[in-house]
Amino acid sequence: MEFRRKDLLGIADLAPEEIRHILDTAQSLKEISSRPIKKVPTLRGKTVVTMFYEPSTRTRMSFEIAAKRLSADTLNLTVSASSAVKGETLADTAHNLEAMQPDLLVIRHYASGAPHYLAGRLRCGVINAGDGLHEHPTQALLDLLTVREAKGRLDGLKVAIIGDIAHSRVARSDIQAFIKMGSKVTVAGPATMLPPFLESLGAEVTYSLEEAVAGADVIMMLRLQLERMNQMFLSTLREYSREFGLAPRHLALAKKDVVIMHPGPLNRGVEISPEVADGPYSLILEQVTNGVAVRMALLYLLIGGEKG
Amino acid sequence: MSLLIKGASVVDPAQNLEEVRDLLLDGGKIAALEPPGTIPGEGRRVIEAQGLVVTPGLIDMHVHLREPGEEYKETIETGARAAVAGGFTAVACMPNTKPVNDTASVTRFILDQAAAAGLARVYPVGAISMGSGGQNLSEYADQKAAGVVALSDDGHPVMNPLLMRRALEYARTFGLPLISHCEDLNLRADGVMHEGRVSLELGLRGIPAAVEEIMVFRDLALAQLTGGRVHIAHVTAFGSVALIRQAKAAGLTVTAETAPHYFHLTEEAVRGYDTNAKVNPPLRTAQDVAAINEGLRDGTLDAIASDHAPHTSLEKDVEFQEAAFGLIGLETSLGLSLKLVHDGVLTFKELVAKMSTNPARILGVPGGNLALGAPADLTLIDLNREWTVDVAKFASKSRNCPFHGWTLKGKAVMTIVGGEIVSGEL
Repeated sequence: MEFRRKDLLGIADLAPEEIRHILDTAQSLKEISSRPIKKVPTLRGKTVVTMFYEPSTRTRMSFEIAAKRLSADTLNLTVSASSAVKGETLADTAHNLEAMQPDLLVIRHYASGAPHYLAGRLRCGVINAGDGLHEHPTQALLDLLTVREAKGRLDGLKVAIIGDIAHSRVARSDIQAFIKMGSKVTVAGPATMLPPFLESLGAEVTYSLEEAVAGADVIMMLRLQLERMNQMFLSTLREYSREFGLAPRHLALAKKDVVIMHPGPLNRGVEISPEVADGPYSLILEQVTNGVAVRMALLYLLIGGEKG
Repeated sequence: MSLLIKGASVVDPAQNLEEVRDLLLDGGKIAALEPPGTIPGEGRRVIEAQGLVVTPGLIDMHVHLREPGEEYKETIETGARAAVAGGFTAVACMPNTKPVNDTASVTRFILDQAAAAGLARVYPVGAISMGSGGQNLSEYADQKAAGVVALSDDGHPVMNPLLMRRALEYARTFGLPLISHCEDLNLRADGVMHEGRVSLELGLRGIPAAVEEIMVFRDLALAQLTGGRVHIAHVTAFGSVALIRQAKAAGLTVTAETAPHYFHLTEEAVRGYDTNAKVNPPLRTAQDVAAINEGLRDGTLDAIASDHAPHTSLEKDVEFQEAAFGLIGLETSLGLSLKLVHDGVLTFKELVAKMSTNPARILGVPGGNLALGAPADLTLIDLNREWTVDVAKFASKSRNCPFHGWTLKGKAVMTIVGGEIVSGEL
């Protein structure tokens, strides 16, 4: 199929066949990263700018490595070093960057909708690397790729997503992504962290970790942001980890070949016990590897090939 | 020179009048209201108004004119110009200026600016507390003497119920109504839109309807306790309408208003992160819109006010969560409200009551009727004129309007204040 998008802003906009095409492309590009010389000339002469208004190690590095393996030039702008602290507006910063003729802008921003705001104003392509509480589409795509590799399919799987759904852009993207690809999604967490209308996204909702993981093919644990304690969402870390932390005893409730995932960074001993995180069912590091492949695929599809 | 308006259908809810009459304006007053053809036109300026309706001048009891302090968004003059362009002969302006209108000197400044503009009548609303800080009562007697017609916490809601109790009692002492901005700031937290399905999908922090309903209930209870007169500003929620209806049925003298965007738009308008649809209180659900319509129909909601809140691209052309709340409405309010008549929710006479008679009564200001001797403030309306909202043509300094491009039916074609034509021509 042809991929005609200028931007990649969210899972919500993508059709299942587009998602499949991205995953297939990522699968075929993944092999490049295991070569002795991990570089192809596909995006030679292209410039990819990453703009991060929030701290990130993994996602920013992943985009940078992906761009470099495709021979694109990369430039990284982080908020502390940027004009944002001088009071420049997002639009002005982006227009100034665009004046230097990049081909693609990768943005992470604390405000939901910031990538959409830029995409409507810039000629170059925009990839959403996480916006506020809204979406983190490249994370959802790498999660799909990881599960599809492990299970050979996405259709008909039972996926449990556990934790702070309310504040998680990963959850919003993953719920929609897995449902679009035919999986069944159950979310669990304390009611303070389960926003109303989750059912309208097609997810089942429960307050019980045990119920959510029962018969699950995939268990996705979300990072608990420790500041939630002071915002009246939780009582204590102790209680959270006892009620909603994934421990070895829970795995017996799931399918025999269950896989455990986490978008990182981990709070070991809070939402996931070290035994589970490091255990044989964990695909957490495979997610990171696939992150590079998915981002290579998106760079290629948005600015590579005939479009260049 | 006296002005004779001939052949219009005169609609005045205060006199329960709805028929073709000729209307003579002289000395700034309504001088005669007679059957067609009975008032001679010689020596008078005659306006042939056949096919039009004439109403008591429309009164928008809730606007923000931004002066003093934010003149780049609006001034009293440009706001008054927008008012008369939209058919309004009078507006009540909220005190959240910079500085806050909590003293007689600011009130006098506003009135001086309005007099210099010479367009719409401007009625200042004073602040409930000093600096709108929510700590100490401001000087109500002094403000009243300077010209305020009501007191309000609009934009800076009073969180302390004891202060609200004292404010109701103290305002009662001087016969001033209290216009309450019902919003629990603790519960709102950092919400930026209605909490519901759309906020979930857009990843925006929510403002549940309970933020408003809790405070509506508080203020109704305090009005009951104190005998003070409370007017609930910008009602949006199903639950608020039910509470006000119940209080009125129990005999409480409460009044309430809503705004056109609350009976035309839902949370869906925010999709695409449209900051022109970012407003406080927020656009809610279809169920709330239905309740607002029903509240207007059955009289629970007494008035329609625009909550005209000008902002420029500096406040609106930014990330959604960073954008200022508010939208402008003076030049669309009548056209949008007429849809209630076209849709059969209200009769035209009922609409005029909500946009003129009732606001005048609630604020205790002149106008709102066409009785002999009343101020010659009136609005001529072409009920059938279709027009398209174009923000580029607004008299307001600001452009933050989510109705740009809408086609509306019905428009004010002439606005007369004190017997002078201040907008429009025939």
